[in-house]
Amino acid sequence: MNHSFIYFGGLLGKLSLKQLPHDPLTIIGAVMLIMVPITAAIVLTLTKRWKWLYREWLTTQDHKKIGMMYIIVAILMGLRGLADVVMIRTQQAVASGHAHGILSASHFQQIVSAHGTIMIFFVAMGLMFGLINLIVPLQIGSRDVAFPFLNATGFWLFFAGMALVNVSLLIGDFSATGWLAYPPLSELKYSPTVGVDYWIWSLEIAGIGSLLAGINFIVTILKNRVRGMKLMLMPLFSWSVLGSMFLVAFAFPILTVTLTLLALDRSFGMHFFTAGGGGNMMMYVNLIWAWGHPEVYILVLPAFGVYSEIVATFSRKRLFGYSSMVYAIWAIVILSFIVWLHHFFTMGAAPDVNAFFGIMTMIIAVPTGVKLFNWLFTMYRGKLNLKTPMLWFIAFVVVFTIGGMAGVLMAVPPLDFQFHNSLFLVAHFHMMIVSGVLFGYFAAITYWFPKFFNFKLNERFGRYAFWSWLIGFLLAFVPLYILGFMGATRRLDHYSASLGWQPLFIVAGIGVVFIIAGVLFQFAQLAVSIWQRNTNRSGSDPWGGRTLEWSLPSPPPIYNFARLPLVSTRDAFYAAKRAKVVSTQPYEAIEIPRNTPLGLIIASGAFLFGFAFVWHIWWLVIVGLVISIVAIIYRSLDPHPTITISASEVERIERSYKTEVAA
Amino acid sequence: MNPKYHLSSASSQEADMLHSPQAQHLTSLKHYVIGFIGSLILTLSAYFLSVNYVGNHNLLLIGLAILAFAQFILQLFYFLHVGHEFPPRLKLMLTCFMILVVTILVGGSLWIMFSLNNRVMPSTQQMVKYMNSQNSL
Amino acid sequence: MTDMTLTKSKRQTEQLEQTNTAVLGFWLYLMTDCVLFASLFATFVVLRHNTFGGPSGAQLFSLPYVLLETLVLLSSSFTNGLALLSAQRKQVRPTLIWLGVTFMLGATFLGLELSEFHKFVAMGDSWRRSGFLSAYYTLVGTHGAHISVGLIWMVVMALYIYKHGLGRLSLKRLRMLSLFWHFLDVVWIFIFTIVYLFGALHA
Repeated sequence: MNHSFIYFGGLLGKLSLKQLPHDPLTIIGAVMLIMVPITAAIVLTLTKRWKWLYREWLTTQDHKKIGMMYIIVAILMGLRGLADVVMIRTQQAVASGHAHGILSASHFQQIVSAHGTIMIFFVAMGLMFGLINLIVPLQIGSRDVAFPFLNATGFWLFFAGMALVNVSLLIGDFSATGWLAYPPLSELKYSPTVGVDYWIWSLEIAGIGSLLAGINFIVTILKNRVRGMKLMLMPLFSWSVLGSMFLVAFAFPILTVTLTLLALDRSFGMHFFTAGGGGNMMMYVNLIWAWGHPEVYILVLPAFGVYSEIVATFSRKRLFGYSSMVYAIWAIVILSFIVWLHHFFTMGAAPDVNAFFGIMTMIIAVPTGVKLFNWLFTMYRGKLNLKTPMLWFIAFVVVFTIGGMAGVLMAVPPLDFQFHNSLFLVAHFHMMIVSGVLFGYFAAITYWFPKFFNFKLNERFGRYAFWSWLIGFLLAFVPLYILGFMGATRRLDHYSASLGWQPLFIVAGIGVVFIIAGVLFQFAQLAVSIWQRNTNRSGSDPWGGRTLEWSLPSPPPIYNFARLPLVSTRDAFYAAKRAKVVSTQPYEAIEIPRNTPLGLIIASGAFLFGFAFVWHIWWLVIVGLVISIVAIIYRSLDPHPTITISASEVERIERSYKTEVAA
Repeated sequence: MNPKYHLSSASSQEADMLHSPQAQHLTSLKHYVIGFIGSLILTLSAYFLSVNYVGNHNLLLIGLAILAFAQFILQLFYFLHVGHEFPPRLKLMLTCFMILVVTILVGGSLWIMFSLNNRVMPSTQQMVKYMNSQNSL
Repeated sequence: MTDMTLTKSKRQTEQLEQTNTAVLGFWLYLMTDCVLFASLFATFVVLRHNTFGGPSGAQLFSLPYVLLETLVLLSSSFTNGLALLSAQRKQVRPTLIWLGVTFMLGATFLGLELSEFHKFVAMGDSWRRSGFLSAYYTLVGTHGAHISVGLIWMVVMALYIYKHGLGRLSLKRLRMLSLFWHFLDVVWIFIFTIVYLFGALHA
């Protein structure tokens, strides 16, 4: 690669028509992908809703709408991740001996990498930020987040990162180096196509979005709590979000640096992680896991918070051991920064280093155990109401405990030398993340859905979905533990028939069929619930809730709280219901942020920047950068970012809810 | 007494304190001057120490590290005004958390990487040294 | 207390609270930036001996030159503080003058840094030369990039104050800008010590 190519290149950099997909499977995927926005555009045009889309969604600063957009994106990306799963499982079920399956080796690796990347960054993170946006301000009695504009910008950066991953399906290819792209394999010399660059820039942009969201929610929780709600009176979901957002704020910069250094290696010929030139590829592994381990807890802590709310509500009891729950969260936050080496015990550090991190890893199981026992003690002698959110919780307890024990096994360095990079590990982390994160967010969606739509999700279909998911999940992952013991490594696109692995891989494949059934039931549940919404009206407090969000009408008005609630205990709404407090204070005028497209524009600039960097189109890099910078400066000069809703208007809105309830 | 009224009057006191320019000005100017002169002294002593010092390298390293850390704390207090806020001291709390994370991150990374380097990846210098020793045999 | 003054003081309190919230958020951003720099420092220290036959720090760096850079940046940090003080006293002209001085010093610093880079690259010691040099350019360059952002911000800030005077918004933003600038000086302490002073030791 010579200088002139780097700096002046053609007007389109490395981009050419050759980069369009040409194998049938990718073409099918690409066509399906293009169909999504095209269908959306047609529907919008036919129903004349472009203006509505722009006004109500694209420019919104309302945290509730932003939360919904996060969740919609996450669900769509979840479908793509699921399509990847189907291909992976099919390939592994059939590609044994002389059969080579449906995918080429490199295509298989791309799909595995895309699956991991998408599921963690765009599904789990998306669901998490969606829920946080929807719930946290309501729980802490706030009319808004601390920085609405930052929040919206964070979402659109997340969206830009997501778009970039999907563009890789249309133009060029995606990284084939696993979800964390270890060098030297991910260096230019061994991965000369643009796949790794797509991976880098989509995560970089989405990661900055996450960082902004993290900063916003830390400050929101610290500063915007309603008067009287001291930290130790705050609902546990908000506590766990605070812990998780601390991890976001202090771990994501490490990811930003790591990705940038890899990009500098690939695009500017630097030598951070190269196999020659004085690079040190082990530093990459060290850095990426210094972010990667906290990331696991970033995802799981809010789900823990969800479970804390659900268990208390559906056991009709206050949560057992509130303070120990809070301390456990902070123990996890600190400890999760001190365990990252357990992801690379086998890299060759001295025994003292391995032993230290092994012991720390075992210690972090202790606060997690404390939380589990607290939930169980909450259920003990409670009046259990076994609705679907509770079923997800009980499944979580079982699966998470099994997966967790496998984790403690792997925390022992000598044992890890056996399990490292095997399917045992894959089974372990799926058990943790699917049960800890996905089940938690499913439960959360079922639990909080009525708050935002004023009808409950259908219980019967919820149960069908739950059982399909659980059975499918166990069928898919228990065989992987066994295969791991038998020596199967992760990311295998083909194996010898003599190993006798095929039956177990087929069982795992059948598991996926059940999971797909579960997903279909979930969509059916949604459809049926919408269909029957008028017979299913939930009112503002369908579950006998304990926290402030249930005190609001469903769906909550744009300003959330017409009158700010008075809080002096935990479970503030429960206490208010018992005391039968009715506020008669007059309504006041409320300031809300004015809609603005600037967040979207900043993110568009970032998208152009990322795309241009992938293809080395340097003029477009500058254009993207300038768009973002100018938008930021323009925003900073805007002196009137809010509008005021008058007291009488507030009163009118509040009245309309009351007449609705009466009718 | 109405609690709301009480709160707003407490905060307007705070507001008065911040908005009274004289008080703010005197304390802060003193702060900036102390910060500036202190940093100047620490920077220059670090510089002249490392230029003129002959002897044990490790001792010098520790000395320079202490000087840098002292200047860090000095600027934190006198330029960035950490700790000069009303309770709850959130800024201070965030700063402490940052120092904890950075200590773990940098300390842990160096511990791990030096251990790895010693065991599996000699540096260029070490390699050259080793090759020279082989040649001299 | 009449009703009017009550609302007015409530409004003031709210605005003060908003300013404090914004400054706290900005402070949190600076803390995350510290973690970003910490990762770069760790990388630099790990790679500092990986010269791959290229020059080491001791062969490249001229300490008096770096001392000059340091003093320029430190002075700019001080004058930046003076700008904020004048602004708090609502004196527009002194504020603009001190901001101007800070800008000049910051630009001088950036110029010194760039000309150092240019000198090294002209000698053939670019970031492609070795792991050590990659880490050096990236760490110092990231600081320089922050400085550039600070300079752009200063220009925008000065124009804003020139046009709108020293209202609540100007003061809030000036407070953040000054935090940002002081923070960059704090980071430089460690670059000065770890990259240059330590680097010059390992001859």
